[in-house]
Amino acid sequence: MPAVQETVEQVRSIDVDQYKYGFETDIETEKAPKGLSEDTVRFISAKKEEPAWMLEWRLEAFRRWLTMDEPTWARVDYPKIDYQNAYYYAAPKAFVAPKSLDEVDPEILKTYEKLGIPLREREILAGVVRPEGSSRVAVDAVFDSVSVATTFKEELKKAGVIFMPISEAIREHPELVQKYLGSVVPVSDNFFATLNSAVFSDGSFVYIPPGVRCPMELSTYFRINERNTGQFERTLIIADKGSYVSYLEGCTAPRRDENQLHAAVVELIAHDDAEIKYSTVQNWYPGDAEGKGGIFNFVTKRGDCRGARSKISWTQVETGSAITWKYPSCILRGDGSRGEFYSIAISNGRQQVDSGTKMIHLGKNTTSRIISKGIAAGRSDNTYRGLVSAHRKATGARNFTNCDSLLIGPHCGAHTVPYIEAKNSSALFEHEATTSKISEDMLFYCRQRGLSQEEAVALVVNGFVKDVLQHLPMEFAVEAQKLISISLEGSVG
Amino acid sequence: MSLLEIKNLQASVADRQILRGVDLVVNPGEVHAIMGPNGSGKSTLAHVLSGKSGYEVTGGTVTLDGIDLLALEPDERAARGLFLAFQYPMEIPGVATMTFLRTAMNAQRKKRGEPELSTPEFMKRVREEAKKLSIDPEMLKRPVNVGFSGGEKKRNEVLQMALLAPKLAVLDETDSGLDIDALKIAAEGVNRLRSPERGMIVITHYQRLLDHIIPDIVHVFSRGRIVRTGGKELALELEERGYADYEQEAAA
Repeated sequence: MPAVQETVEQVRSIDVDQYKYGFETDIETEKAPKGLSEDTVRFISAKKEEPAWMLEWRLEAFRRWLTMDEPTWARVDYPKIDYQNAYYYAAPKAFVAPKSLDEVDPEILKTYEKLGIPLREREILAGVVRPEGSSRVAVDAVFDSVSVATTFKEELKKAGVIFMPISEAIREHPELVQKYLGSVVPVSDNFFATLNSAVFSDGSFVYIPPGVRCPMELSTYFRINERNTGQFERTLIIADKGSYVSYLEGCTAPRRDENQLHAAVVELIAHDDAEIKYSTVQNWYPGDAEGKGGIFNFVTKRGDCRGARSKISWTQVETGSAITWKYPSCILRGDGSRGEFYSIAISNGRQQVDSGTKMIHLGKNTTSRIISKGIAAGRSDNTYRGLVSAHRKATGARNFTNCDSLLIGPHCGAHTVPYIEAKNSSALFEHEATTSKISEDMLFYCRQRGLSQEEAVALVVNGFVKDVLQHLPMEFAVEAQKLISISLEGSVG
Repeated sequence: MSLLEIKNLQASVADRQILRGVDLVVNPGEVHAIMGPNGSGKSTLAHVLSGKSGYEVTGGTVTLDGIDLLALEPDERAARGLFLAFQYPMEIPGVATMTFLRTAMNAQRKKRGEPELSTPEFMKRVREEAKKLSIDPEMLKRPVNVGFSGGEKKRNEVLQMALLAPKLAVLDETDSGLDIDALKIAAEGVNRLRSPERGMIVITHYQRLLDHIIPDIVHVFSRGRIVRTGGKELALELEERGYADYEQEAAA
């Protein structure tokens, strides 16, 4: 496993400053007036040149949101969020959707370069940016509230694949957006999803036509740059009958002393025999060691296996954010459909993670699989919260769940809260869970063989998360492995 | 120059004195056995030499090849040529034995400023050494020590020793938990690693291991120090008479 070696080198090469994406891009922005009101919603909708139906949809969400309370059931503790003391829209000044990369502000291009995100197709094709042996990835880059670039659009178009910012899709493919938006996560779903429905600014839209296997990985890279600004992205992916798509999502934010809100909604729809593979490497700024700053990450992700034999697979590596509140779920509606959830959630410092999944078995002979690896270090708290349920008619439903927690050091906590509901007698649910500690003895064993403390932790942790890492696309797996080591840097005294 | 030199080594755990002035010199090529009753501090000596945390060295010095061993981190000691075969080898779930071996070898080489082993070179060496120890290649694909039998764990220790080629090997109760066949295989493995350049310290409670790994020098360890030193016949004497005499002597 040469990746372990790479991990080790990566850990060595970084200095005390562990979060390497913490820089800020100095760029003039245009913002919505501070605070949240109907006017804010109208402002955003107008900025996006949206049709009337979209504005109505947003306003309905906003009115509903006013009547809702922030949920408090998660095992996270944070100061009350003042929703009036934030900006809900920020875009690079004089922003006009660029027709080509030459029109994109060079400062922004530089930002992505620094983040290692290739935006120049020509360079990617020429192999300038592209690491050897890697496959091509089409990227949609979202900077604060707008999409600044989407690559390989033309090539994807030839295959019939639609991959564009959702703001564009609302204008260009209203029939698709209207049909599917809010069909998996309804406007009234939960406090944060409803807020998102009112003020979402950008995100990606993907449509894969029947029988098409998407010719490359699709990816969206989210970057929060502006101060005091929330990011509310909305992603909608539709895989029509018999199609396949693999989609990756990455995210980072500058290091700041104040908390910033990120409340995204992701909806996936898989029709008959379609498959969606959704991978996330979440690396929002986690705050400093004392818990100052960091992103509040309240995300609703849900996939609907609408068609028979459809399949949705979530893979997530969660290392960032001060607060993580996130439960990528699958509704297994189609007969014989399958849901998967593979998760690595790492918390260090004062981070709090409450994450897991829901597998809702509605169709016959539906199957699901949950592999969750939680790693807690420092003074962090790490909770797995999951629901597996089988509806009365979901005969032959099967689930296998494995939840493992690893504790590093004496001051962190790991918690597992599984809910299991079987409403028919033919459902077969299995649940395995372990909690273990990285022991001094284990580390000493490695060190006696020549590994440094960091190398030893990296080796043990990589072993612990192996089952999940292997589900990530190759490039991501290597990236994730590096990230894991960085996140745990300094976690063992 | 002697390989290992321990002078008046004293160490305690949580303010309890365990090592009370250990003196020992190991020359290249020598195999020393340290025998003693349970709780006499034999394993503590192995841990203090290898730098395990939780022990406080309260006095004395240890040098390996003239270098102050006690000033080094455990991994630096390993890279300088100190190897400890564990009494209870740890399990590392999810990490293939092969990966572990390679990571360890390269970590040491790097610390010594040597180039990393190429994959074919590494594979060749592992296969050779594994074969000598009758280790099934399948075992190397399994996670380190997870689900290994007692014999497999100890053979895995000897395999690591063979690959890491230390200057000084400390074997802590290598015989514990082994039936006679497994013991023989492990002992043969150790014997193959005897060389004029290498020193070994074999820590054991029972004489039976010393039937298979014949020591040059035998020390009796009691209450935190060496109370008697002799040739290999001393081991047989201990087998007959037990440690009772020495314990009284040490207490006096």
